[in-house]
Amino acid sequence: MAGSADLPVAELIDVTRLYKMGANEVRALDRFSFTFRAGEYWSIMGSSGSGKSTLLNLLGCIDRPTTGAYRIKGEDTQTLDDDELSELRSRHIGFVFQSYNLIQQLNVLENILVPLIYQDDPPEDGEERARRLAQRVGLGDRLDHKPTELSGGQQQRVAIARALVNDPTFVLADEATGNLDSKTAKEILDLFDELHAEGKTILLVTHEPSVGLRAQKTLRLKDGRIEDVRDNRAVVA
Amino acid sequence: MSVKHGLSGVVRLGIQSLLLHKLRAILTMLGVLFGVASVIAMLAIGEGASAEAQEQIRQLGSQNVILRSVKPPEDLRGGGETTRVSSYGLTTSDFERVRDTFPAVVRTVPVRQLQQEVRLEERVLNPRVLGTDAQYVNVTGRKVCEGRFLSDQDQAAVSNVCVLGYEVARFLSPFESSLGKSIKVGGEYFTCVGVLLPRVPLGSDPAQPGVEVTGEVFVPLETGRSWFGDTQVKIRSGSREMEEVQLHEIYVQVDSDEHVTLVADAAKEMLKRQHKQKDWEVVVPLELLLQAEKTKRTFNIVLGSIAAISLLVGGIGIMNVMLATVTERTREIGIRRALGAKRRHIVTQFLVETVVLSVGGGLLGIALGLVIPAGVEHWAKMKTVVTPDAPILAFAISAGVGVVFGIYPAWRAAAMDPVEALRHE
Repeated sequence: MAGSADLPVAELIDVTRLYKMGANEVRALDRFSFTFRAGEYWSIMGSSGSGKSTLLNLLGCIDRPTTGAYRIKGEDTQTLDDDELSELRSRHIGFVFQSYNLIQQLNVLENILVPLIYQDDPPEDGEERARRLAQRVGLGDRLDHKPTELSGGQQQRVAIARALVNDPTFVLADEATGNLDSKTAKEILDLFDELHAEGKTILLVTHEPSVGLRAQKTLRLKDGRIEDVRDNRAVVA
Repeated sequence: MSVKHGLSGVVRLGIQSLLLHKLRAILTMLGVLFGVASVIAMLAIGEGASAEAQEQIRQLGSQNVILRSVKPPEDLRGGGETTRVSSYGLTTSDFERVRDTFPAVVRTVPVRQLQQEVRLEERVLNPRVLGTDAQYVNVTGRKVCEGRFLSDQDQAAVSNVCVLGYEVARFLSPFESSLGKSIKVGGEYFTCVGVLLPRVPLGSDPAQPGVEVTGEVFVPLETGRSWFGDTQVKIRSGSREMEEVQLHEIYVQVDSDEHVTLVADAAKEMLKRQHKQKDWEVVVPLELLLQAEKTKRTFNIVLGSIAAISLLVGGIGIMNVMLATVTERTREIGIRRALGAKRRHIVTQFLVETVVLSVGGGLLGIALGLVIPAGVEHWAKMKTVVTPDAPILAFAISAGVGVVFGIYPAWRAAAMDPVEALRHE
């Protein structure tokens, strides 16, 4: 991997996220610090209530820390307004959701293009890129299909192509295999392996140990703090 | 191809989203459709009704003041007699005084109405036979379509000539020109020297049997007076009634619009002094016109308010549907926001959908709004006028309705928290 490897892509520094639940305060993340580096493939695990969903939202810039700092490629996100944060999402983050979350009225090609249409200065070759990515995930011949005409696995492939179209700083996958049968899930995880091998940074949130083990490294949360950090290659090896 | 969506792209997207629920979209459009159609139809019918009235007034001439003889109340002179002569109305000296007194008066035209039958061979008619002079066409703006109007020489020579109104000419001589024909008016023969164009374009053919023909025949004032005198006989419900009226109308043309009221008031004062009884009236077409315009404005405001209410109802319908749509598509909003859509993108998306709905309804409404007046004209035989600004106005209003009633749902959509929206089922 080239020189960009090992650069911090996402840094959380002393991040706390509080939720008010009536009179109670819930500390979803508690003075949490961690750094993800370029080219890494992480799985983020933890039981429900461990804070992994909160971490996912913060990483994806659709939520903000109550205190602490979050930097993407060195850029501080605390000072950004809603528009700037949206622009940042459209440039740096590739979302893959559990339930695919394709837009029903758009066809495959249009769905892949969605992150680009919201950029302030979209690339000229966007459509070409989208076609290439559709080809890459094996749906080059289904560009005109609507999501309802595709199987779950195919929809998730479209979602992955969509997550890659903006050439993101990292791919953020939320239980990406949760709705798929084991065979299809394996295909999607193979695809992530390939992307990782190509140098993409992938952060995969999951509660399934078998899925978590496919990643290079695993970050385990408990009660809003880091419980465990493990290099899976060592285990496998 | 660039990825950036132009306006057409956004509109296309909006239409695509609306097409997911075709029936709902169509039903939503109906509200605006009927609102816009009613605006156009009401304006067209209102405009048509007042246009006819205004045209009639305008033909009297906006720079004219018309003095008319009015039969005074009869009870002053006791009833019971079967034959009597009542003498009233404007006189030749009134005419001369008006002509000579006011500097603002440009032309003065006397008109006398004669009760005479008009006949050509076996065709008989009872039109208004008017004794007047050469200036009549200049004051009333009537146009000659054949031959000429009465001249000063006719007047001076007391010639037996007449000019026929278009309807009369068509009736008396449907298949050939009436020019040069000897028309029998009362007991005398008059040579036809001209035909006037009708006041308003004719709706029906006067030559057809069963159609009531009104119309006018013009003869020189002096000729009329010398043949028929000042006394006229009216036969009314068994009693013969004799009337002596020197002049029925005096048309007074004034040099400018500003002097119209001035001359009218002065003429009233003068007539009040000269006449013992109120056997006259002063008609000011300009005032009638202003009055008619005022009435029309009131009429338009009333119709406009009714139409505005129906548009308001349509708008509320659209807003209701859009609010439901926003709730229904909360997840889509969450996805778009997560993928980088800014608030303004979401606002634009929903606003465009609303505007597409309302403008779509508006366009269909314009089509319906143009059909309704045509139908009214065809079946109800009412005149309608679709002014070119009515559809433009209606279109602008429908687009406005879309924007006004779309803003709140769009804002609601954009204000959603992406995390919450993504969690929505």
